[in-house]
Amino acid sequence: MIDSIWLVMAFPLAGTVLLHFLGKRIGEPIAGWIASAAIGGSFVVALIAAVPFIRGDGATGHVMLWNWMPALGASFEIEWDPLAALMTLVVSGVGTLIHIYSVGYMHGDERFSRFFTYLNLFAFSMLTLVLAGNFAMLFMGWELVGLCSYLLISFWYTKPSAAAAGKKAFIVNRIGDFGFVIALMMVFTTFGTLSYSGVFDRAGDLLTEGAATAIGLLLLVGAAGKSAQVPLYVWLPDAMEGPTPVSALIHAATMVTAGVYVVARTSAIFELAPAASLTVATVGAITALWAATIALAQNDIKRVLAYSTISQLGYMFLGVGLTAYVAGVFHLMTHAFFKALLFLAAGSVIHGMSGEQDMLKMGGLRKHMPVTALTMGIATLAISGVPPFAGFWSKDEILAVAFEAGGYATVLWFLGVLTAMLTAFYMTRQFVLVFMGKSRWEEGVHPHESPRVMTIPLMVLALLSIGAGFVNTPFFGNGLEHFLEPSFEFATLAHPSGGFPMFFLLAGISVIAGVGGIVMAYLAYNRPRELWERFQEGFGKAWTAWAEAYRVDDFYGKVLVGPGKAAAEAAAFKLDLPIVDGAVNGIARVVRSVGSGTRTVQTGFVRNYGVTFVIGLVAMLIWIVVRGA
Amino acid sequence: MIVTAGWYMTLAAVLFTVGLLGILVRRNALIMFMCVELMLNAVNLTFVAAGRANSTLDGQVAVFFVLVVAAAEVVVGLAIIVAIFRNRSTASVDELAELRG
Amino acid sequence: MVELVLFFLMAAGALAGALTVIFAKNPIHAAMGLFGTLFSLAVMYVVNLAHLMAAVQVIVYAGAVMTLFLFVIMLIGVDKTEDMSEQLPFQRKLVIGLAVIIVGLGGGLAFGGRLAWTPLSKPDGLFPNGTIQAIAERLFTGWVLAFEVTALLLTIAAAGAIALAQFRRREVEE
Repeated sequence: MIDSIWLVMAFPLAGTVLLHFLGKRIGEPIAGWIASAAIGGSFVVALIAAVPFIRGDGATGHVMLWNWMPALGASFEIEWDPLAALMTLVVSGVGTLIHIYSVGYMHGDERFSRFFTYLNLFAFSMLTLVLAGNFAMLFMGWELVGLCSYLLISFWYTKPSAAAAGKKAFIVNRIGDFGFVIALMMVFTTFGTLSYSGVFDRAGDLLTEGAATAIGLLLLVGAAGKSAQVPLYVWLPDAMEGPTPVSALIHAATMVTAGVYVVARTSAIFELAPAASLTVATVGAITALWAATIALAQNDIKRVLAYSTISQLGYMFLGVGLTAYVAGVFHLMTHAFFKALLFLAAGSVIHGMSGEQDMLKMGGLRKHMPVTALTMGIATLAISGVPPFAGFWSKDEILAVAFEAGGYATVLWFLGVLTAMLTAFYMTRQFVLVFMGKSRWEEGVHPHESPRVMTIPLMVLALLSIGAGFVNTPFFGNGLEHFLEPSFEFATLAHPSGGFPMFFLLAGISVIAGVGGIVMAYLAYNRPRELWERFQEGFGKAWTAWAEAYRVDDFYGKVLVGPGKAAAEAAAFKLDLPIVDGAVNGIARVVRSVGSGTRTVQTGFVRNYGVTFVIGLVAMLIWIVVRGA
Repeated sequence: MIVTAGWYMTLAAVLFTVGLLGILVRRNALIMFMCVELMLNAVNLTFVAAGRANSTLDGQVAVFFVLVVAAAEVVVGLAIIVAIFRNRSTASVDELAELRG
Repeated sequence: MVELVLFFLMAAGALAGALTVIFAKNPIHAAMGLFGTLFSLAVMYVVNLAHLMAAVQVIVYAGAVMTLFLFVIMLIGVDKTEDMSEQLPFQRKLVIGLAVIIVGLGGGLAFGGRLAWTPLSKPDGLFPNGTIQAIAERLFTGWVLAFEVTALLLTIAAAGAIALAQFRRREVEE
């Protein structure tokens, strides 16, 4: 079965090619079903191939597809180990559900088949990224998902804001990629190859702590760009301009988790660089809190979820930064489920409200959209860390590791708990504003439940949000940890080990934080509008700061973009135009003036030309005479 | 003093130079043409003298051909000058200076 | 002895004629100067035993070509005198400079001992005279190709002249 693992990448690629050339002819909705079948096929193949790992007796498989550049160790090779298997299953599983959902959501769009072309291309890219067996293929997938993100964010490119958002995403990603590429270069110069098998087993021998720290920090720069951590997160809120399935797939469940995956994959290197690991954890914790505060004051249904994603990604970074790789990846998995569900449900709401995204214009929708309300409620509970839903187990494991690590990590633990409370608060705020209370929408809006093709994926994801957490609980034998252990053989895995009393204590603190947030939000917002508006104003300047996302975009614009533009203008008009153009024009001018100077020789008078003849003749004569006749 | 071939050649050189300078100095097309004839005659003299110095008749045969060609050239050249004169009623070459830079 | 005297006389005549050509204001005077040069040269040919050439020179060159020149001079009506002032800048100065250089070169060569003035052999019996038979023999054996080509050349020249004349006439008739 391992030998056929390349099918996982081949199915979506075939889907892309087919839909690219024949998509318009195939048309709606068959194009959507073809794309869904492609990625569904990937899921099935991956599941079958993952069975040995689930049984516990699987060995890491290497499949070399094509040895492209042996000198660099860059080739198309697949490394199939538990970590890759888990990521593949998550990507293809959630991806299939989102593909199916999109058949309903994108109904009526004139570029329907093009959407699925891009979605399948994205699936291919992301699967390339997680299945890669060397850094070069990883980077290829990395860049490709960035490209697909750009294509899909600016899918409705006739809207200027969408086009600008796509550019912003790509450019900010690029900044991260800069660090990533330098890290790859360092890896190559140290190890002489880019292949995982040549790097990770020799990391302990060849890397000094300084070099490992440098590589780790540079990888963090790249991961921060892709996974929207501070300070490179600014593209993610704008990316909400894309269709909601895109936000669900790329900016919640899969692409943004690539950064976490990379840190987990390179655990062997981070093992040697505690400083880099701690930096990762710190960045994660700070991002989590920062984004959570911003999410409190957002009024657009998708923006809340965008900042929520940034915040939860912070949790994942906190986990992998404290070398609790399993905990981080666990949260990645559960987050994929409930965040995708949240986004898809939000999309259902938007669909039902005929495009309205402002939560202030919603309210009381649970009567009109019961399935959506129920599933979104389940997801809200999950993300708030309420047991026994999935989010509780994964988030709590990370916080437990932080607490037990002691020292500096306790600060991070505290930030995590605070963020958990804020998360619960703003998610409940969103739920109450959208689904409860009195209706605040305008005339002419008829909210309705979405068609089954959209609600069935919601229900599937809701089930996963409820049950997926149990795979790594102490009661069930820490199944996920045993599953993933082989992938981290070169690193020391941190996991909570304090025993049951400690477990209950920490869990209790997290639950109190989560439930407390829920209760506060419910009480604050399940009231007449004036009352909660006053509540919001009660925070004064802080609320405006959160609503405006601390004006980070303005800051970047003034500090980075402004000077950049000024430099470009100076280069264009002060350097290029006068100097370079001037040089070229100057040469032309010199040629012209030399020409007009020399043309005076042509007087037109035959006798002048005769004189020239005679001068030449005399010169020849002199030469002959002098040379010796 | 014996007259050697070199004397004739020197005389021919002098005549040639005179003709050359005459072309540069005179403006009238006909007179310039006469200077060209002068140069050709100088060359003829050189040929004859050289033939005598080398005891061969080839020098004189060469003169024969130079003569023929000069005659042909005069025919065509004068026809051209007349044609130009018909158009511009001047025989001064300084007037024919339109191909200037 | 005879040759020496003849040489000096004819040289003087040729030079005089040449200088007349380039310095005369009246074109007819210039034409007369050229006549003088041609006759002097014809005598020199005779002295050098180029009898046929001398005759041909007088008949063809002085007789036909110069007559043609005179016809054209009178046709064009440029029997008026020409203004001898120089219109082109630098021309006079350059020409004088060049003349000085050439004369200097020549004089230096001639009198500077670089040339070998080997005397000519006596003009009797040791090399052929330039009689008609002798010339014809040379012409039609060794030089026959050149002869034919120049005959062609003459034909072409005549045709060209007629073409030029016709062209003119057609223009005038319009």
